Amino acid sequence: MTTATTSVEISYLEAISQALDEEMARDERVFLMGEDIGAYGGAFKITEGFLQKYGEWRVLDTPLAESGFVGAAIGAAMMGLRPVVEMQFADFISCAFDQITEVAAKNHYRWGAAVPMVIRAPFGGGVHGGPFHSECPEGWFFHSPGLKLVAPSTPYDAKGLLKAAIRDPNPVIYFEHKFLYRRIKATLPQHDYIVPIGKADVKRAGNDISVITYGAMVHLALEAAQLLAQEGIDLDVVDLRTLIPLDKETVYGSVRKTGKAILLHEDNKTGGIGAEVAALLAEECFDCLDGPIVRIAPPDTPVPFSTPLEEFFLPKTGDIVEAARKLAAY
Amino acid sequence: MDIEMVSQHIKRADLLQMYYYLLLTRSLEDRITALYRQGRIVGGCYTSHGMEAIAVGYASAIERDDVIAPFHRDMGAFLIRGITPGEVLAQYLGKRTGPTKGKDGNVHMGDLKRGVLGFVSHLADNLPVATGAALAFKIRGESRVVVAGTGDGGTSRGDFHEAMNFAAVRKLPVVFFCNNNQYAYSTPQRLQMAITDVVDRAMAYGMPGEIVDGNDVAAVYLASKRAAARARAGEGPTFLEFKTMRMHGHSEHDAAKYVPHELLEEWKAKDPILKAERLLTQLGYGDEGYFQEVADRAKKEVEAGLEFADHSPLPEGREVLEGVFASEEEVQS
Ligand SMILES: Cc1ncc(C[n+]2csc(CCOP(=O)(O)OP(=O)(O)O)c2C)c(N)n1
Repeated sequence: MTTATTSVEISYLEAISQALDEEMARDERVFLMGEDIGAYGGAFKITEGFLQKYGEWRVLDTPLAESGFVGAAIGAAMMGLRPVVEMQFADFISCAFDQITEVAAKNHYRWGAAVPMVIRAPFGGGVHGGPFHSECPEGWFFHSPGLKLVAPSTPYDAKGLLKAAIRDPNPVIYFEHKFLYRRIKATLPQHDYIVPIGKADVKRAGNDISVITYGAMVHLALEAAQLLAQEGIDLDVVDLRTLIPLDKETVYGSVRKTGKAILLHEDNKTGGIGAEVAALLAEECFDCLDGPIVRIAPPDTPVPFSTPLEEFFLPKTGDIVEAARKLAAY
Repeated sequence: MDIEMVSQHIKRADLLQMYYYLLLTRSLEDRITALYRQGRIVGGCYTSHGMEAIAVGYASAIERDDVIAPFHRDMGAFLIRGITPGEVLAQYLGKRTGPTKGKDGNVHMGDLKRGVLGFVSHLADNLPVATGAALAFKIRGESRVVVAGTGDGGTSRGDFHEAMNFAAVRKLPVVFFCNNNQYAYSTPQRLQMAITDVVDRAMAYGMPGEIVDGNDVAAVYLASKRAAARARAGEGPTFLEFKTMRMHGHSEHDAAKYVPHELLEEWKAKDPILKAERLLTQLGYGDEGYFQEVADRAKKEVEAGLEFADHSPLPEGREVLEGVFASEEEVQS
């Protein structure tokens, strides 16, 4: 398929705005709720100008009550609307935990009621946010059947996955990495497209070692791949893009090719997504592994505030390079 | 505040002390804002500019072994509990000598030894916790109280309502307050709740409430004293609504264009420091010269604090691994 492209590059943040705008224009059932998303345009300005364009019944400023507005989104979704709610920071999703895990996730399984809604959650560190504005809470929901979880790493995926999430008949949590908002840019196709939920993407094809990752860490892996290429170590960088349902085939395909796997994420190590992927690889790809499965992730602590602490905490390109060198020697 | 009332019920020394803390708060937060503008403070920077009387008033009205669960615009309360400007600045600069040793930033700090429950970003999260602290006092038969607050926005959260209800049912020694500064980030009160006075929320829990001029430190002090006395006497919680106005943006990055200019002008005239000075003048407790002297003293203390913070070390990276779990010795008795 040939794709018409605009010549202007847009940021990851603008890609998210565009997806919301286009979906709202395309489908009048789509509406937004969240704190300060109206006149103010949202804490990160994702919905700037939306209130003027779509009016106050499609862009609703809510009271400061995450459980309340997530619950309301569930109700509206069951009545046939397509709510997209914004957490001001992903961290505050904990206030809505009960509605998400007990109501949204289980309604369809229990009594057949579809809950087509999206929760946008700006997550991740590297922005000096400290313990309450930097969290990666995807692990909490990874263990809750009934939810879909996505976490794009590029403007293209950000736009396409948000559209897919809005069109999905299930509750989807959309983890958007706030470190990437204004740092990553790309030229996107002009036509309407989606990135299907449940499909990983090989962001760099290579033969020696698989790095399986998502979110901002994808860019770290790509940086490491460039450095390692100079030493003749060829990384296969798999961007999961969707965490639930996990694209096992792409993951297995990569590891069957390389025989070695590094699992990289920004969420802390214990019980993280890397742990699950490691278990799957042990179950399904044991006979093609040529070395130990390696996990790179922050330690099991909250995300710290002070710069030296946060730098120590977050995975670094050097960690990947080092791990890859060791693995290459197997 | 009525002069008679003040002179009868507030000691001169206490009032002068409160005035000092108003200025110390203003001076410290102005310094923090300047550091933020210079890019030396990263992350969020929320101030209590124009609302200083609330924290100064309630924290002055309680006893040493009482406990507070302050809000993110309660700098004065941290100071009155003995967290020094130096420690505060160290906290903002991510230094090891701040109360969280660099683990957290800005007003996200606490210290059990000084009776301060550490602030949690998630608004109203600390209100049930404050209720639990009061429960411990009640169970042990102690005459201690807890003062716990949130903003008008924070009163929309379930945790606020759950805490109020539980405290009222068990007549726990808590004073709940709301600093009603009319905005929650960009959200005006009318989009937050369908009532004009937040205090109406108290009625539903069978709790007495009171509306107080939040810019009048004497009024805040006296209302807090009454509520604390009630709590200490075993009569249960009280809810105080401190009416005020947020004079800066939500955080220093926010120009707050959504706030009508006239509203700010109106409230500028009600500045808590001006109000306090008027009161002190009327009472004959102070004059221009004295005010200037106190302002200089506050400024000096802030500069000394900055010196301390500047000379404090940053934590080392691997200190991030420390402190996930507590040891037996650290448990409060
Ligand atoms: C549960 C939760 N959701 C969202 C936020 C983000 N946030 C921080 S302060 C704030 C507004 C607070 O308003 P209010 O309670 O009125 O206090 P004010 O800042 O006006 O003093 C918001 C939305 C938060 N801290 N906690």
